[in-house]
Amino acid sequence: MTQVSHDFEHAAVKALGNQQLRTNFRRVMTGLMAKRAAQFPDQDELQALRSRGASIKDRALAKLPELLVQLEQNLTANGIQVHWAETVEEGNKIILDILKKASARSIIKGKSMVSEEMHFNHFLEENGVAALESDLGEYIIQLAGEGPSHIVMPAIHKNKGEIGKLFQEKIDGQGFTDDPDELTAAARRVLRQMFANADAGFSGVNYAAADTGSLVLMSNEGNGRMSTHLPKLHIALMGVEKVIERLEDAAPLISLACRSATGQAITTYVNIISGPRKAGEKDGPKEVHLVLLDNGRTKIYNDPELRVGLRCIRCAACMNHCPVYTRIGGHAYQYTYPGPIGEILNPQMQGIEKAGDVLHASSLCGRCSEVCPVKIPLHELIVRLRRESIRPSGNSVKGGGSRNSSTENVIWFGWKTMYASPLLYRWGTWWLRKIGNLMPSSMPLLKQWTSVRTKPQFASRSIYDLARERGIRDE
Amino acid sequence: MIWLVKGASAMSNARSAILERLRKAPKKPIPDLAPWTPYATTTESAKDRFCRLMKGVNGQIVETTRADLVATLRQVLTDKQAKNLLYAPNTDIGRTLDAAWATEPGPQLVAYDKPIEDMKAVMVNDIDAGITSTMGAIADTGSLIVWPSADEPRLMSLVPPIHIAVLESSKMFDSFPEAVAKLSWNKKPPGNTLLISGPSKTADIEGILCYGVHGPKQLVILFITD
Repeated sequence: MTQVSHDFEHAAVKALGNQQLRTNFRRVMTGLMAKRAAQFPDQDELQALRSRGASIKDRALAKLPELLVQLEQNLTANGIQVHWAETVEEGNKIILDILKKASARSIIKGKSMVSEEMHFNHFLEENGVAALESDLGEYIIQLAGEGPSHIVMPAIHKNKGEIGKLFQEKIDGQGFTDDPDELTAAARRVLRQMFANADAGFSGVNYAAADTGSLVLMSNEGNGRMSTHLPKLHIALMGVEKVIERLEDAAPLISLACRSATGQAITTYVNIISGPRKAGEKDGPKEVHLVLLDNGRTKIYNDPELRVGLRCIRCAACMNHCPVYTRIGGHAYQYTYPGPIGEILNPQMQGIEKAGDVLHASSLCGRCSEVCPVKIPLHELIVRLRRESIRPSGNSVKGGGSRNSSTENVIWFGWKTMYASPLLYRWGTWWLRKIGNLMPSSMPLLKQWTSVRTKPQFASRSIYDLARERGIRDE
Repeated sequence: MIWLVKGASAMSNARSAILERLRKAPKKPIPDLAPWTPYATTTESAKDRFCRLMKGVNGQIVETTRADLVATLRQVLTDKQAKNLLYAPNTDIGRTLDAAWATEPGPQLVAYDKPIEDMKAVMVNDIDAGITSTMGAIADTGSLIVWPSADEPRLMSLVPPIHIAVLESSKMFDSFPEAVAKLSWNKKPPGNTLLISGPSKTADIEGILCYGVHGPKQLVILFITD
């Protein structure tokens, strides 16, 4: 049997006991939920917009191979070089080769979750290239040597006091302050010089328009624009599912993403990149590269039901509203994507045997599906993947069936047999009434169950007997 | 074929493998997309909507006329205590400024007339304000449309701590799709085009809003009403 990981369980229990972490998350998540609600006062408008968003993504996914080819043609015609990578290793290598060719020793980064998927910073550092995060949240966690705990607000697990101490410790000449404006100003000072000195810039992509050959990037801070326009070389990275058919299709998606994510009408900047610096132009990168990454996405695509997960526009509304995420935070999920969307993506990208335990980080309340701006039925996909983890349907999910346990199968078989036969049922419950209360809660099989629950007390008479006594017969 | 010409065989393998898997996957119906008419939730005029949303994200709007543009700009520069102004000499605004400053000098005009490599230090450290034109604005989201060009480069609206943008009231669009159609944005877009909605901001520390992280700390719109 495959080695199954249960890191999530331990991490979740640890996070639940961390009062500071819970306070930090509770405050911000409550705020984000209220801000989103305020952005959608009109339910009809919200539903119309969600349907539009879902159709745009479904249409793009239905035509995905053609649109990728069209995107490549138009980007190439615009002077942007396109690269394809099947795996994380390939993606990292392509980018390193581009950097080596340009003799780049440092790269300043805009926020990109796909780069987290690739453990890109670590890979570059190992190969002698400094990867510098410039999004304020990413900068904070890079200083702290941590990973993101939220896909939109990566440092949200830290409060301003913790960030103040971190800056005091890591930034030369920086005294302690817990004033967010002063902390932001300190980061601005440091990062401005980094932007100016970096050999290359890096960014993710929110949408890539096939019709114009354009990369659409959303950013509030302006670091996305700085990273893509101050250095002489720009490398962009995106998952293959990010392509849209037409530039104007970005409008409803931007509206949905911004309002769902942070409760704003639009991000400060929508940065549409359709080419490098041309002759006669005074700025902009001289070279622009786009790396298209698969990393399991084509496998997800292959399953018509699971494919809808690729509609995701990474707004984080599902985690902001998740009763589990808001209590344990993002780090407990262990892999790149936390919250409900992570419960779907991580097991499929990493394999259920590795990342399958997050499938149980859900009460299946369905709130994630209700708020998803592109109508991904997240909780239904979680159930589907739970089923895959026990009884795989063909070859569709990596590590399918790896959570199948023979003990569990024996128990369910016993239960089924007992409940299907009146005689066995009566015989079984008779024995439980006699000896059930004598069984210690520490006995094998019962132990796991009772470690987090009180062992039930068996009544001396069964409900069946009581019903008979009152003259209720079998109907 | 294009991808083979580049010579990276590993890459062409990745390309064909990815495309082949996608093509072999089960087909799903392609949903129709009717032309998008954003749901109207307001009867407010486009101009009022733009101004309300822009002010809501800390954008400053100063109404003026064509005749008063330079005077209004001088006032803004004085109010902001700007010691200098980055401008694009080969544009209408640039020529207007050159002519006006020739008769009555103001804060130092810095021309963006050479490649960034020769201007980086000045640009990053010394400039107080930058002025650019706009292609118009979008009422639905309260956004300026900025199309940098060879004459008016990309970084002008980004690096200076104060971005001053000139907007003509006649160029007001209801929505992004309308702007895409009317500006032929989807025909042959310039290398970089932008929507700008307010000054740079972040809420990465405890979700508390702070302005001026990397880009401009202030956005001032000179709104020409005639």
